[in-house]
Amino acid sequence: MELVVNQKRYRLLVDPGRMLLWVLRDELEFTGAKYGCGEGQCGACTVLIDGAPVRSCLTHVSAAAGKEITTIEGLAENGKLHPVQEAFIQTDAMQCGYCTPGMILSSVALLKKTPHPGEPEIRRALQGNICRCGTYPRIIAAVQMAAGVQHA
Amino acid sequence: MPEIEQERYELFEAPLHHFDPAGFDKALFDKEGFYFERRDFFKFLGGGLVLLLALDGNAGAQEGARQESGRNPAFRGDARPPELTAWLRIGEDGAITVYTGKVEVGQNIRTSLAQAVAEELHAPLNSLQFVLADTDLTPYDMGTFGSRTTPLMAPQMKKVGAAAREALIDLAVDKWKVDRTAVTVAAGRVKNNSSGESVGFGELTRGQKLVKTVDGATVTPPAAWTLEGTSAPKVNAREMVTGAHRYTSDLVRPGMLYGRVLRPAAFKAKLTSFDAKEAGQQHDAVIVRDGDFVGAVAPDEATLSKAISAMKAEWSAEPQPSNAELFAYLKAHPAAQRAGGDGPAGAAPAHGDIEQGLQAADHKLDATYTVQYIAHIPLEPRAAVAEWNGDKLTVWTGTQRPWGVKSDLAEAFKIPEDRVRVIVPDTGSAYGGKHTGEAAVEAARLARAVGKPVKLIWSREEEFTWAYFRPAGVIDIRSGVTKDGLITAWEFHNYNSGPSAIDTPYDVANRASQFHPTDTPLRQGSYRGLAATANHFARESHMDDLAHAAGFDPLEFRLKNLKNPRLRAVLQAAAEKFGWGKAKGEPKRGVGLACGVEKGGYVAMCAEISIVPSEFLGAEVAPAAPKVRIDRVVTAFECGAVVNPEHLKNQIEGSVVMAIGGALFEAVEFANGRILNPHLAKYRVPRFSDVPAMETVLVDRKDLPSAGAGETPIVGLAPAVGNAIFQATGTRVRSLPMVPKGLETPLVSTARA
Repeated sequence: MELVVNQKRYRLLVDPGRMLLWVLRDELEFTGAKYGCGEGQCGACTVLIDGAPVRSCLTHVSAAAGKEITTIEGLAENGKLHPVQEAFIQTDAMQCGYCTPGMILSSVALLKKTPHPGEPEIRRALQGNICRCGTYPRIIAAVQMAAGVQHA
Repeated sequence: MPEIEQERYELFEAPLHHFDPAGFDKALFDKEGFYFERRDFFKFLGGGLVLLLALDGNAGAQEGARQESGRNPAFRGDARPPELTAWLRIGEDGAITVYTGKVEVGQNIRTSLAQAVAEELHAPLNSLQFVLADTDLTPYDMGTFGSRTTPLMAPQMKKVGAAAREALIDLAVDKWKVDRTAVTVAAGRVKNNSSGESVGFGELTRGQKLVKTVDGATVTPPAAWTLEGTSAPKVNAREMVTGAHRYTSDLVRPGMLYGRVLRPAAFKAKLTSFDAKEAGQQHDAVIVRDGDFVGAVAPDEATLSKAISAMKAEWSAEPQPSNAELFAYLKAHPAAQRAGGDGPAGAAPAHGDIEQGLQAADHKLDATYTVQYIAHIPLEPRAAVAEWNGDKLTVWTGTQRPWGVKSDLAEAFKIPEDRVRVIVPDTGSAYGGKHTGEAAVEAARLARAVGKPVKLIWSREEEFTWAYFRPAGVIDIRSGVTKDGLITAWEFHNYNSGPSAIDTPYDVANRASQFHPTDTPLRQGSYRGLAATANHFARESHMDDLAHAAGFDPLEFRLKNLKNPRLRAVLQAAAEKFGWGKAKGEPKRGVGLACGVEKGGYVAMCAEISIVPSEFLGAEVAPAAPKVRIDRVVTAFECGAVVNPEHLKNQIEGSVVMAIGGALFEAVEFANGRILNPHLAKYRVPRFSDVPAMETVLVDRKDLPSAGAGETPIVGLAPAVGNAIFQATGTRVRSLPMVPKGLETPLVSTARA
């Protein structure tokens, strides 16, 4: 099986029924994708497949074969952070940071589809991502900052 | 000195697992040891300048020993080991390394402690490297809980930083042969003011082998802070946003395998029959059994899952209580004298005579409040990586008590504590839920069996079931008030929930508050804010009822009965920012307020709510009853001198969000030794749609020492919202959560006239 992760190709001998999350984490060491619940409820395992956010804990690795997978490790280019990553730092949009990769990737996908989302759109797009530390208002501010939208 | 956390629920019970030492595999592989011999420590540190903390720094440890004394008597981590350990080192290359046993779980102490040291050392924040919570490398610490890092550890760190600065000045005086007054330290450089020459720290420490002890160093007062008091950004934020930070669950060791434990069918269940034939046929899966402990080890997660599900086990279980009978159970089962410890503190000092006070009242109230068990749900579940080298054990794990877990491991494997090293990577949150080391013990047992490093990550269901919960409780209040709005009597009884903040801050001549420990159907332990949330909910809800009975505005009523100037200040600050008293009466909207004090922090909250049709929130299962939506929350908070305003606001906002869950809908449902909602699909936590508009007023008191702030802001939300519900509907909800199934159908109705 061939996986394309962060624009690099990997040939793997794995059971196609395994979940993408564990293949990314345990076979390829992309540990930025986190286990949070294993049932698609928390969003910590979010990665992008062809630009769309996907719950990797519920996605068979076979379904991702050959497609463009982006993990948090692949977001910065040549050491330069993506504007969403930069905005999360600027707004202190994290505490423990465990939900952060999933939040950032979900936000990146939102902004690609909707470059200037209003606050209700941001809330809806991220509704499936849990931050137990409760930094939601800061994450909204980070997405707005990254979008170049003035604070409401 | 801040007050000691009043209660410790440390699990008065035996550990989850008992192993048979005869069953341990003696033929363990031998390879290059990762384990760190203690005596190598100073060799490891090398030359340069090393700062040790002298014995006066033990005040915190002594206080902690008292705090820990209520725990399991088998707990051996309550005395500070006698050896001195380094707190700060400036290497021969000028690199500055600071050592502390505190753990980072998202409360941002890695940043605030760096601010503390950098402030005193006069060095840039980013020139400091912190080593946290490594039992071989950092000084003993009893644990990271009780909002104690800021009031207790930061002052120690500041003394160490100041002493290091003075030692550098000593070196400069020797080097330049000048008077001390001619030497200054600024921005990480030491300057000779006579000649204008300046050098980096490394130029002074090169070739030195200096070990200094810290005693009586004077530190910069808050009014003169330049770095503390500013919103320094999270020092490792870049690692978090790039995925570079390795949490325990992300670690990989050479040859590492993956492990999991077979869980009993119910709490207290005993294994009656076990058949692993089929499970053992899984390729590459090793089954490990040690009494009732059964686990598997495999090269990947999928094989592990198959092996565990192929095990055939039968368990015998006993009947156990459920939610339906929970509160009656608590009141009917006072705890037996807890062995080996004094348990949580029992009561606030009583004043006056309750019966006389009631006789003097024009209105008498009598009400019961209840709180359900709730779960911490740290987004990173319990995890551990365990590695044996001979009889030496190294475990990486996310815990708030690294030395406690070290003791647990030594005890479980009958090895001396100095053969155990526990390392805590910055962890995916805890909220008081990670005081224990179950995953560490389990990973170590499996690693011992297979002779290879083992990583074990609890599933969400395991975390929901086999960790521990915030205690449930029942609170009874009897009170009286005159028609002039003076409280004449206040009697407060808390069953099981806990004694934190049990005393009323209001001025009541006749008052008594008592905590009654009880047996508990579920395993319970610490939680952010402990029982201060339950006690504030009951007290501040009841205060509103008293105000209502006497015909007073809730704010006016509180101020009339309150002298404490710090609490009055936050109450007035929150009310002013909120525009209290200016809200126009609107149908299906309400405002409420609450205030309180705990762990040296003073909080007041005002909340505005709407009663909305359930569809509005888009709940998965839409109940017929209308729901409560929190529209706006204003918080005023005072915790002495503010160390990092933006991080403090972040903690306050996070506390408000977390509090929404316990206030409105979070509850652990259980019956007969099983958790009925151990999944995020069934146990709702606050999400983006639940978050109100939030405004925070920081009352910065540069004249007062800084208190910790990660917990106390959580206590105000539930009563403020409950009071707003009362204003909007005339219905007083006396149970937490207040509206799990919508406004009209609380999980367990306890309302009483």
